[in-house]
Amino acid sequence: MVSVTQFMWSSFNYTKRKLILENFTPVSAFSGGILIGLAATLLLLFNGRIAGISGMMSGLIKAPRIELYWRLVFLMGIVLGAFIFHLIRPDFYHPRTNFPFWLLALGGFLVGFGTRMGNGCTSGHAVCGIARLSLRSIVATATFMLSGFITVYVVRHLIGW
Amino acid sequence: MKLILASLISGMLFGVGLSLSQMINPDKVLNFLDIAGAWDPSLIFVMLGALEVTFISFKVILKRPSPVFDHKFYLATKKEIDKPLIIGATIFGIGWGLTGYCPGPAVAGLGFGNPEAVIMVIAIYLGFMVHRYLFER
Repeated sequence: MVSVTQFMWSSFNYTKRKLILENFTPVSAFSGGILIGLAATLLLLFNGRIAGISGMMSGLIKAPRIELYWRLVFLMGIVLGAFIFHLIRPDFYHPRTNFPFWLLALGGFLVGFGTRMGNGCTSGHAVCGIARLSLRSIVATATFMLSGFITVYVVRHLIGW
Repeated sequence: MKLILASLISGMLFGVGLSLSQMINPDKVLNFLDIAGAWDPSLIFVMLGALEVTFISFKVILKRPSPVFDHKFYLATKKEIDKPLIIGATIFGIGWGLTGYCPGPAVAGLGFGNPEAVIMVIAIYLGFMVHRYLFER
C-alpha cells in the first residue's frame, strides 16, 4: 500500500515537473524582452517619448494632433508587429476558450481605470520607469505585481475557478 | 514625419517582442502570477531582458540634450508617492490578475484576431472614460 502511494506521488511529481519544464520558456521570454527594451530605446532616442502603452492608449482620447499621431502609429505598429509575427510563427499564440465575457469586461475596465489612476502599466512603469530608477515606478511595479499575485491566488486557490 | 516613422518601427518591434515573449498568452501570464500553483517564472525573463537594454540605453540617451527628432525629452516629472499611484496600481493589478492582459498584449491581440483582445481594449477604454469623468474634469 505504501509503495502504491509512493508510486502515485512520484508520478504526480514527475508530471508536475514535466509540465513546468514544458511551459518554462526563458529563452524566448528573454529575447522578446530584449526586443521590447530595444523598442523603448528607439522611441526615447528618436522621439524623446516613454513607451508606456496605457498612456498612449488614453492619450488618443484627447491630445494635440502630433501627440495623437505618434501614439496611434505606435499602437498600430504593435498590431502590425504582432500580425507579422503571427504569420511566421502562429504556434506562439495559444487561444483561450470559454473565458467568461463578464470577467474580461470587468478586468479590462479595472486595467483601464487603474492604469489611468496610477499613471502607467507594465511597459511605462516596469520597463521604462525602473530603468530611470524612478521611485514612483518602482513602487507602482511592486504594487501591481503584488496585487496581481494576490488576485490570482484568490481566484485560483481560494475561490477555485 | 520622421517622428511618425520612428514610432511605427518602435511599435512593430514592441509587438514582435510581446509575441515572441508570449506575453500575448493570458494563461501564460496567469501562470506567472500564480506563485502558489504550477508557477511559470518565464515572464521574469521578459522584464530582465527589457530592463537589461533600457537600463543601459536610457542612461546614455538621457545624457543627450535632446532626442534625435524632437527638441526635448518628455518624461514624467512627478516624484512623490501618492495615494492615486498606490490605489491605481492595485486596481490595475487586480484587472491584470483577473484577465491575464495588461494593455500592451491586449493591443497586440488585435493583430491576430484574438476576440478577447477586442473586449479587453473596449473595456480598457471604458475604464479610461470613467476615470476621466470622475477625476479629470
